[in-house]
Amino acid sequence: MEKRNSFIRPILYLLPTIIIIAVFRLLPILYVMRVSLHKWGMGGAERFVGFGNYLRAFSDSYFWQSLTNTIWYVIFIVPLCIFFSLLIALLLNSKIRALGFYRTTFFLPVVTSIVAISMIWKWVYHPKIGLANYILTLLHIPPQSWLSEWRGIFEIMTGRDLPNLLSGPSLALLSIIIMMIWKSIGYNMVIFLAGLQNIPHHYYEAAQVDGAGRFAVFKNITWPLLSSTTFYVLIMTTIISFQVFAPVWLMTGPPAGGPLGTTNVLVYYLYDVAFNYSSYGYASALSMILFLIILTLTIVQRRVVERRVYYE
Amino acid sequence: MSKKLIIYIILTVGTILSLLPFYWMIATSLKTPIEAVQFPPTWYPTHPRPENYTEAWRTAPFGRYFLNTVFIALTTLVGVIITSALAAYAFARMEFRGREVIFTLFLGMMMVPMPVYIVPGYLILASFKWVDTYYALIIPWMVNVFSIFLLRQHFRIIPKALYDAATVDGCSELGFLWKIAMPLSKPAIATISIFSLLASWNSFIWPLVMTNRDTIRPVQVGLAYFIQEQSTNYTLLSAASTFVILPVVILFFFFQRQIIESHMKSGIKE
Repeated sequence: MEKRNSFIRPILYLLPTIIIIAVFRLLPILYVMRVSLHKWGMGGAERFVGFGNYLRAFSDSYFWQSLTNTIWYVIFIVPLCIFFSLLIALLLNSKIRALGFYRTTFFLPVVTSIVAISMIWKWVYHPKIGLANYILTLLHIPPQSWLSEWRGIFEIMTGRDLPNLLSGPSLALLSIIIMMIWKSIGYNMVIFLAGLQNIPHHYYEAAQVDGAGRFAVFKNITWPLLSSTTFYVLIMTTIISFQVFAPVWLMTGPPAGGPLGTTNVLVYYLYDVAFNYSSYGYASALSMILFLIILTLTIVQRRVVERRVYYE
Repeated sequence: MSKKLIIYIILTVGTILSLLPFYWMIATSLKTPIEAVQFPPTWYPTHPRPENYTEAWRTAPFGRYFLNTVFIALTTLVGVIITSALAAYAFARMEFRGREVIFTLFLGMMMVPMPVYIVPGYLILASFKWVDTYYALIIPWMVNVFSIFLLRQHFRIIPKALYDAATVDGCSELGFLWKIAMPLSKPAIATISIFSLLASWNSFIWPLVMTNRDTIRPVQVGLAYFIQEQSTNYTLLSAASTFVILPVVILFFFFQRQIIESHMKSGIKE
């Protein structure tokens, strides 16, 4: 009796969670694998195609464009985000007054909805009467077309025609990148602040005794001791950035995906394929590709964290 | 102290950049349609027009959207707390075979990125005939592994003596969980509630895919379609965006310490 009880009771406690996880987390993962191997339309499975949907992605120029755009997005957003949020965290950590005030204002964009924020920024980026162009004219910089500019930013800067991969993200995509940096600085800043507060004081005291300058302190103490936080921010920002969707849907287009598809990102593309073209099989294959990319990043993160040499 | 001065200057510029878009939204929401499209723009509304707010509220069924979101957010929260409390209690205070395996499996589910669920989730919910129902927006989100993890940490440190004393007094296991373990875990429950409410209020892609009818739409999806329909009517769009973010901003100002510190902790853990 006692033994039976000891197994049945925990299962009863876990049952609601297990049912929901099984139906809404586990089942969809198995299902998306199955659907990805079929031609799948509105009415369900039409025929088994093996890896056909995956092969289709490899020869689909829209897929490559969305992947390239996503990678540009990640390449720009991750280092810039780390730079700005670390800079602000360092400034806030230097015994200043009104810390709470600054922390709150930088964090405000994090909690506000992406829908409202995208609307404001689209308005700010308005090509004719937007605030962004008004500020540029005040600074005697020529106005830009922002979200409707398909040319790559390196092309705009050099004023030359460049081959596709060298032209960089379009200014439209960069406009989204700038907004998303603005939105996420607060979040990463807070994580950096937590990391900075974990660095033991005696290191700084020792450096002060040695008369080390600010930059030397940063280079030899803060940066190495902060490395696990920086790595965490790096991987998390990368993982989150690969999933960007809402600003593309909300800010560019119609059709979304922006001028000449230059803001079409991976998740937007799979959404488009599924819900505008009802090609669920192909969309599932694209979902799996996204999943594999993020899974790889997560595994890399786990490995590195496990092997990490912790100071202190 | 010129170094301090430089720090304050950089921080002040940063603060201005942080707040400027919000200011611009509020300023636009109070301008007349003609003033809003002037170039060069005016920095503040010369003839404030608060009617933009009532007009925006009446142009789309925002009352309905708000009710939907409040209902979805609260029921999801109740679900999350119940499922997490029960599961965390089992993981923290019961011995059974496979406990660690199941827990690791749950944690593993957290690695699957949300967008991967939209296509299979849509197909599965369509086969349940759940598309365009509240079920689709609530039930899949009634479990949150992070919440289970957090509560488990709290339940683990409750002394066994407390449990023994309670059971001697005739307290059942569920009674102990509800009357003693939960009140002792208030900080964790506050964190879970804040995260859950914020996530429900701001969730976008899932309800975008799962709803077609206006009567079922939560506020973010409603606002998104409102923005599409009124594409150039920036005074109304700004007013609507302002009242949509207002509840979160109020919540944030009241609980900013807890919200920021919960985010800090969620970053440190693993």
